[in-house]
This record gives sequence, structure tokens and C-alpha cells, in this order.
Amino acid sequence: MSTIKINIVSSNEEIYSGEATMVYATGSLGELGIAPGHTPLLTGLAAGPVRVQNGTEEEAFFCSGGFLEIQPDLVTVLSDTAERADSLDEAEAIKAKESAEQDLANKDATLDYAKASAQLAEAVARLKTIQKLRKNQ
Amino acid sequence: MANTKEVRKQIASIKGTQKITSAMEMVAASKMKKTQDNMLKGRPYSLKIKDVIAHIASANSEYPHPFYEERSAKKACFIVVSSDKGLCGGLNINLFKQVIAKSAELHEQGVESCFALIGSKAPGFFKSIGGQVVAVAEKLGDKPNPEDLIGLTKVVLDMHKNGDIDQAYLCSNSFVNTMTQQPNVDQLIPLAPAEKDDSISTQWDYIYEPEAKELLDGLLTRYIESLVYQAVVENNACEQAAKMIAMKSATDNAGDLIKELELLYNNVRQAAITQELSEIVGGAAAV
Repeated sequence: MSTIKINIVSSNEEIYSGEATMVYATGSLGELGIAPGHTPLLTGLAAGPVRVQNGTEEEAFFCSGGFLEIQPDLVTVLSDTAERADSLDEAEAIKAKESAEQDLANKDATLDYAKASAQLAEAVARLKTIQKLRKNQ
Repeated sequence: MANTKEVRKQIASIKGTQKITSAMEMVAASKMKKTQDNMLKGRPYSLKIKDVIAHIASANSEYPHPFYEERSAKKACFIVVSSDKGLCGGLNINLFKQVIAKSAELHEQGVESCFALIGSKAPGFFKSIGGQVVAVAEKLGDKPNPEDLIGLTKVVLDMHKNGDIDQAYLCSNSFVNTMTQQPNVDQLIPLAPAEKDDSISTQWDYIYEPEAKELLDGLLTRYIESLVYQAVVENNACEQAAKMIAMKSATDNAGDLIKELELLYNNVRQAAITQELSEIVGGAAAV
């Protein structure tokens, strides 16, 4: 029986990699059944299970969303690690901006290169001194 | 001449410090293994998403994405990845030095800079030099979650979409080996053109469900997020390695100091005994 290669990955780990005779997934527009030799297809994934069948064995993984790419001999599932929605992303973005404002109530937003290089030079000099001291001992 | 009590006190205090630094060295060594594992775990995703993007590039897709577009640059955003904690040698300083050099170089070409900062060390530095900071993500811990970075990345991508910035750079340390960490400033946007996958014949296109634009938007956003996430976990591994080395040399230095002080202590003690003896002898002779 012909098989298709399948990889399921999320950004912090590799979830599954192997061969399958049939793959079932929940695309953003509906259920998909993928057999070897499927036509190239790119779709979003809705939250739901991804089932991998190999002969009589079957394994199921939960995906909270992501993307699915199909090549005739290869299926790639790029799973998200968290629930993603525009509103949630927006909330995260606002949080990041707020913490920037909280951290640095900037008086002027012009970068002071002279000050920066002076500070860096001082820090580097300090490091060099330490290294020199270390060598002399 | 120093007295014995003073020297003894000094030795005791240095021994205390040495215990702390050697404990920190061991902690860093054990954390380093974990952070390195994290770094390796994230790789498959970046590789796969890169593959998919290469496939898209070789498909006859009509939609050119703004992330690939070269605009005349007026403003650039630097995403700077720093550590949350100090005591890791020159790790952060060396990176900041490169960022400032690049920023100054752009400044001469008339390109302004702004910063999106990750980790607690960067905000302190960029605050003191007065850079424009647009987003901060700090206290991510030893095992950062990809979702902690979504907000920061979105701020930068939104700015690019609105035309507030034309370029983005990703600045972080890359892990060469335990002894060496390399500070890097890499261009993130515009993205380097995706390499086409020649193994697939050119006359085809995907079936897109739903729209090509929507899918590509989502995919490229995930791709950039994954690059930022990879940079953060790699920087974490660098931090622990640098910390281990810094603490090891601190422990060694404390050992050297203790040796010197013990020599001094013995000298002082011997001198005191000699003096006492000569006093007794002198006293006996007088009687």
C-alpha cells in the first residue's frame, strides 16, 4: 500500500514524523481526508484533531490551529502552540506596547550615540581590565 | 602590618563568595543542557516552515508579499534579544555594541531607529541612552513560550504594514559552542528571497483554502515569529553558557585570592610569634 510522509511540528517541538496511508485533519473550511498523491494544497487548520492512519494503526494529535501544506508525497502540519485569534494577538500587542511605555517614560526619543558609545566603551574597558587582571594572576 | 584577625576575616568572606559563585556555576551548567535542548527542539518547525515557504516561492503564486518588498528606508526597527539576568560576562554588552554600531551606520544614511526589546537587560540600557522603544517583552524565564513573543512581533509587523518602519533587524547572540557566543545583527524585513525548491516542477500552483493572500500573510507572520522565538531560545542557551564561564573564572579567581591571603596570614602569624619570642628572650636577658 502506498504511503505519504507526514510531519507535525509546533514551534517548540517536533510532534510526529512518519509515514501514513491516510491523514485526516480539520481544515479551516472543513474536514480533509488526505491520501497519497493528493493534489498540492495549502490551507489553514481549525482547532481539532489530526488523525494519522498507517495500515490498521491510528494515532491522533490535537492541534489548536495552524497551517497545513500538502504535496503529492508529503504532508506538513505547522501547529500553533496557542489559541490564535486577531483579537487575542491584538491584546498581546497592546501589552507589549504598554510595558515599553511603563519601563521607559522617555523624555526625548532621539538616540544619543555619543552617550551610548561612551557607556559601551566604559563597559568594554571594564571587561578588558578584568581579563587582563585574570591573565596576570 | 595587617593583623591576623583582619586577614582571617577577609579569607572567610572570600570563601563565602567562592561558595556562591561555584554554586551558580553548577546551576548554570545544568540549565545550559536544558536550554540547549529547547534550542534544538524548536529547529524542526523553522526548517519545515522554511520548506513550505520555498514550495510557495516555486509555485506560480501571483501574490507578492510586502515582507519581500524593498522600500526606500526611512526608519528601521531593531528587535534586540537580551538576557533577563546579569552575571553573564560581556554577553549583552557585546550585542548592544553591535546594535549601536549598526544603528549609527543607518543614521548616517538618514535612517532613523527604533527598538523592540526582549529580556530585562535591554530596556535598562536603551532607556539610559534615549532610544525610541516601541515594545518590551521581559521575564520570559528559562523556558520561553512562543506566545509570549506574539505581542512584540505583532507591534513590529504592524508598524511595517502601516509604513512606520521599512526595515527590521533581529539582534541576538548565536550559540557557537560553550566558550563562544557570536553577537549577530540580521536583517529580518525585507525577507531574503526564499530559495526555490527545484525538485518540484514549475508548472503548478496550490489550491488555496481560503484565499492565497490570507494564507501567505498568516504563514509569513508565523515564520517571522518562529525566527524571533528561535533567537530567544538560542540567546538563552548563550546566557547560561556565558554565565557558567563567568562564574567558573570568578570561582578560580577567588581561589587564587584565598591562596595569597593564606600566605599573608601565615607570614603575619609567624612574625607575631617571632616578635613574642624575641621579647621573652630580651626580657629574660634583662633579668
